[in-house]
Amino acid sequence: MADHHPTGLKRWLFTTNHKDIGSMYLWFSFVMFIIGGAMAMVIRAELYQPGLQFVDPNFFNSMTTMHGLIMVFGAVMPSMVGLANWLIPMQIGAPDMALPRMNNWSFWILPFAFTLLLSSLFMDGGAPNFGWTFYAPLSTTYGPPSTDFFILGVHMMGISSIMGAINVIVTVFNMRAPGMTLMKMPLFVWTWVITAFLLIMVMPVLAGAVTMMLTDRHFGTSFFDAAGGGDPVLFQHIFWFFGHPEVYIMILPAFGVASEIIPAFARKKLFGYSSMVYATASIALLSFVVWAHHMFTVGMPVAGELFFMIATMLIAVPTGVKVFNWVATMWQGSMTFETPMLFAIAFVILFTIGGFSGVMLAMAPVDFQYHDTYFVVAHFHYVLFPGAIFGTTAAVYYWLPKWTGKMYNEKLGKLHFWLSMIFVNLTFFPMHFSGLAGMPRRIPDYNMMFADFNQLASIGAFGLGLTQILFLAILIKTIWGKAEKSSDKPWDGATGLEWEQLPCPAPYHTFDTPPKVS
Amino acid sequence: MSTENEEKYEKYYVPEQSPWPIVGAIGLFLLAFGGANFIQNSTGKYAPAATDGFSFQVMFSEWGWFVFALGLAIMIYMMWSWWKDTIQESMGGLYSAQMDRSFRQGMLWFISSEVMFFVAFFGALFYTRVLVMPWLAGEGNNAMTHALLYPDFMSHWPMTMLPTDKFEGAREAMGAAGLPAINTAILLTSSWTLTIAHHALKDGNRSALLNYTAITALLGIIFLGLQVWEYIHAYNALGLTLGSGIYGSTFFMLTGFHGLHVTIGTIYLIVLTVRIASGHFTAENHFAYEAGAWYWHFVDVVWLFLFIFVYVL
Repeated sequence: MADHHPTGLKRWLFTTNHKDIGSMYLWFSFVMFIIGGAMAMVIRAELYQPGLQFVDPNFFNSMTTMHGLIMVFGAVMPSMVGLANWLIPMQIGAPDMALPRMNNWSFWILPFAFTLLLSSLFMDGGAPNFGWTFYAPLSTTYGPPSTDFFILGVHMMGISSIMGAINVIVTVFNMRAPGMTLMKMPLFVWTWVITAFLLIMVMPVLAGAVTMMLTDRHFGTSFFDAAGGGDPVLFQHIFWFFGHPEVYIMILPAFGVASEIIPAFARKKLFGYSSMVYATASIALLSFVVWAHHMFTVGMPVAGELFFMIATMLIAVPTGVKVFNWVATMWQGSMTFETPMLFAIAFVILFTIGGFSGVMLAMAPVDFQYHDTYFVVAHFHYVLFPGAIFGTTAAVYYWLPKWTGKMYNEKLGKLHFWLSMIFVNLTFFPMHFSGLAGMPRRIPDYNMMFADFNQLASIGAFGLGLTQILFLAILIKTIWGKAEKSSDKPWDGATGLEWEQLPCPAPYHTFDTPPKVS
Repeated sequence: MSTENEEKYEKYYVPEQSPWPIVGAIGLFLLAFGGANFIQNSTGKYAPAATDGFSFQVMFSEWGWFVFALGLAIMIYMMWSWWKDTIQESMGGLYSAQMDRSFRQGMLWFISSEVMFFVAFFGALFYTRVLVMPWLAGEGNNAMTHALLYPDFMSHWPMTMLPTDKFEGAREAMGAAGLPAINTAILLTSSWTLTIAHHALKDGNRSALLNYTAITALLGIIFLGLQVWEYIHAYNALGLTLGSGIYGSTFFMLTGFHGLHVTIGTIYLIVLTVRIASGHFTAENHFAYEAGAWYWHFVDVVWLFLFIFVYVL
């Protein structure tokens, strides 16, 4: 088996190899990242100045909706699953994922699910236009016909995610090499196993929510209609019971990536390994009891507002533990600043800014002012772009030599980093100000007073978008073009089975027999 | 890496390649794409209007049922073939004890996800019963909303009187005595017969295994028959329909999804019965049997919650 290396189209369609499937996930997420990014460009072009310039308001709403859905379900989540596929078996000394065929199915559902979702752009009435949170009754009574295609697309994405999560969790619990005890696992594996648990718990709830939408739309049920004894607010409760753990699903694997990269380039052991594990688990558990902080303004009893406010602010404690641990790992380390490390450090700093604005939003009375403004947009883009996406980017630069056996161009990598760093802040930082001044989300037009901040954000966004094309060029040049060969261990501080026991590139089949773990 | 390790540990079976996942992905796509068109076409809501010229959307809408049926056929073919491969590999001795654990843990996590699907619907039931209904009747700070929008509405569960006449409430609620109680007894008995069969499997008593598994499947079929009867009674005699406000919505969605799971479980039990008759499963190697038993017990436990919260309380 070790030498068998299938080729051609069949290799990709029928594969059971975790490395092939990981690559497909990563490329798929990049394609979605470009498509979702193009939609962001449309949004920022329209918002470059007040008044309606390029698109009609309904299409603008479709763009914000589709941008959110594609980035969350198409770009960020699959990129994390791609990393999990590539890395977890190598990091725990397993020959492959536990259920390799199901692994292939999880992946191949995604292109079809997004074909279904994207086809809605070409339908009468346009694509879904109610925001990525698809609140009822916007999505039930007033949703366009394409909403039904969106609903079934979400079902498919959910099936894919649940199967992917089951695979990760079973791989970690059942496939570790002898001696690889739980508390010896790399943190990336730990954060992913906790993420997988969250996915299994909340994706079915999302499936329930869209199913209720479908029956409300077509079969006369009244889950979200007060006229029949239901409640539109019920939708928000169910959605955010999924939605809040979902945001941790997107960020926890990035925490794991940072916890791998920072020790490698600080040439020190990770500070507070076990506290990192417990902090991650605490964040995950708390994420189940904070969902209504997204709904402070819908009219909840005061006791509810207080509970959800306090529970939410509690999350800052384990998150703070993680941030301090990363900083303490760097303290007095012999640091060097190659591209992965730059992205990881930027991740720590900028994610923390997003975390702080999160604490501001968690305070119910203050949230009454911020709710549905650009302040919220600034907040979640800070945790998503320089958080989740910088995390993935750092991971790609860090493990690219392991995957391809070649080294990316360090100069271009650094250029990619600095341009991203400047433009990401130029795009999203001004949104804090326009939000605090009262600019509402999801509106194609705005008051003259917001014009300067929006112009800055738009310029930043165009730059940020172009910079990611540079990323694509770097990847193509490294993988298929002329690039330096990588040594087996290009980062001298790197630890873990994949660096210590495997060559670069990692062979097609690794750890057919379990490695020795010291 | 080392030869010493090679001798010490058995090899994990990583299947070479399989066409079934991609076939399953295509089947699922047709099911979803055809399903959305089929639903729109049959309920008439949001269906594309016929135009003079040719329109892809109208064509897809009219052929939605066919695409849906094709997707379903592909899915059934995929499942049949995929599991056939798996059974042959398992009986060919390719699977190790570690592989068996992967399957078991996978099944347990799958059932966990199913539990969470039901949690969403139970959550909707509790939220509307405990919070929304009193609010609509004016509790809390909702006195003015109540007076202006729903002046005649009173908080009472089962909610047969609805806040407005946009939906028609049920004439009568479904009682717990009678059919639902009998169904509870049937499902509890089926769990018991399945456990007897499971023990018989471990003791190597093939005839008891076969008979009690078949009886369990039969009890599943009886349950489903009674459930259909109950639905007909609800629609005809009680005026309780899917559209009878939140009571009808939660009643039919919860019992309906449970019924779907009983159907899947019953098909599973029938397949197990056939496999036992063909000599499959040994006292040591019977993951598929145990997974089916777990699934059946899960469906049983969901029913107990349903019986308490949907019928009795």
